[in-house]
Amino acid sequence: MNVRLYIWQRGTAALMAPLVLIHLAVMFYATRQGLTAHDILGRTRGSIAWAMFYGTFVVAAAIHASIGIRNILVEWLPVRDRAAAFLSSGLGILLILLGARAVFAVVFA
Amino acid sequence: MPQADNASLTVSIWRGGQDGNFETYSVPNRQNQTVLDVVTHVQRHIDPTLSYRFACRVGMCGSCGMTVNGRPRWTCRTHVSKVAKDGKLQIAPLSNLPVIKDLAADMQPFFEKWQKAGGVFEPSKSRAEPVEPIRPNEPQRIAADEGIECINCGVCYAGCDTVRWNDDYLGPAALNRAWTLMNDRRDSAQKPRLAAVAANGGCHACHTHQSCQEYCPQSLNPTGSISLLKRLATKAYLKGELKP
Repeated sequence: MNVRLYIWQRGTAALMAPLVLIHLAVMFYATRQGLTAHDILGRTRGSIAWAMFYGTFVVAAAIHASIGIRNILVEWLPVRDRAAAFLSSGLGILLILLGARAVFAVVFA
Repeated sequence: MPQADNASLTVSIWRGGQDGNFETYSVPNRQNQTVLDVVTHVQRHIDPTLSYRFACRVGMCGSCGMTVNGRPRWTCRTHVSKVAKDGKLQIAPLSNLPVIKDLAADMQPFFEKWQKAGGVFEPSKSRAEPVEPIRPNEPQRIAADEGIECINCGVCYAGCDTVRWNDDYLGPAALNRAWTLMNDRRDSAQKPRLAAVAANGGCHACHTHQSCQEYCPQSLNPTGSISLLKRLATKAYLKGELKP
């Protein structure tokens, strides 16, 4: 961990804090109102606002998680910084791809 | 010296190098004796080959750090009556450092990291120039005062989880020292020091477990110094003054 990674990890955490609260509120709303998958997709399809919201969430989560995993790899496994950076960057890209696929599915598909 | 109620202590002491083992000795249980007194008794009266390190015996030199019943301590100021459990003591060398022999840990990695963190004062004036006065009520002097009484005993280093997990981590004592020097305006190496502590293994690797604060025999708070270093480095990076 260096100052650059520290700022990215803390910055994405600060960004995600309100996003998590909104996400939880949306989940509660959807279940309490008894919304079906069809109802939800009806609200999200074509919505640039939801695409921006969950797109931002996915990118922030991927950056935050990959930096955290990098630290765990350095501290718990016999790998050096370079190998840990390589592995955690791979995880970050995977998270972005999976997240982008999910966002695409609920907004554009 | 008067003996305490229980006539003897059962003391397990680490013998050998990294692959050594504990050996048990019976030592007279005296009133007001310290853990260092116990170790000294074993060497002088039972086994003269026992190796350990001490110098001042009054808590100033930082030489006698050992692991006592699983916790790092300065042994010259640790009374047996406060740490013995059922008349038993287990004494080992400091953790997170290579073992030279018996209770003597190799402090080289500790001091190498101390230097890597920019722990050496770099003067900005020559000895021909007058000494720069620093008033005791200056904010920077007050900030430095918080951490300046470190005796480099290595107790915080031995008790730090992050040091155990991360070979590159500079450790609480080195970073605390760096923080005190960042508050010394006579010093000329502020920029390289901040770069050193903001790099991989520097202050941002600290998990804020606060074991160093818990164990420090001088009641210092290296975690506090480290968090202030984090703030200093973060500000410098955001201003573009620091490139990790």
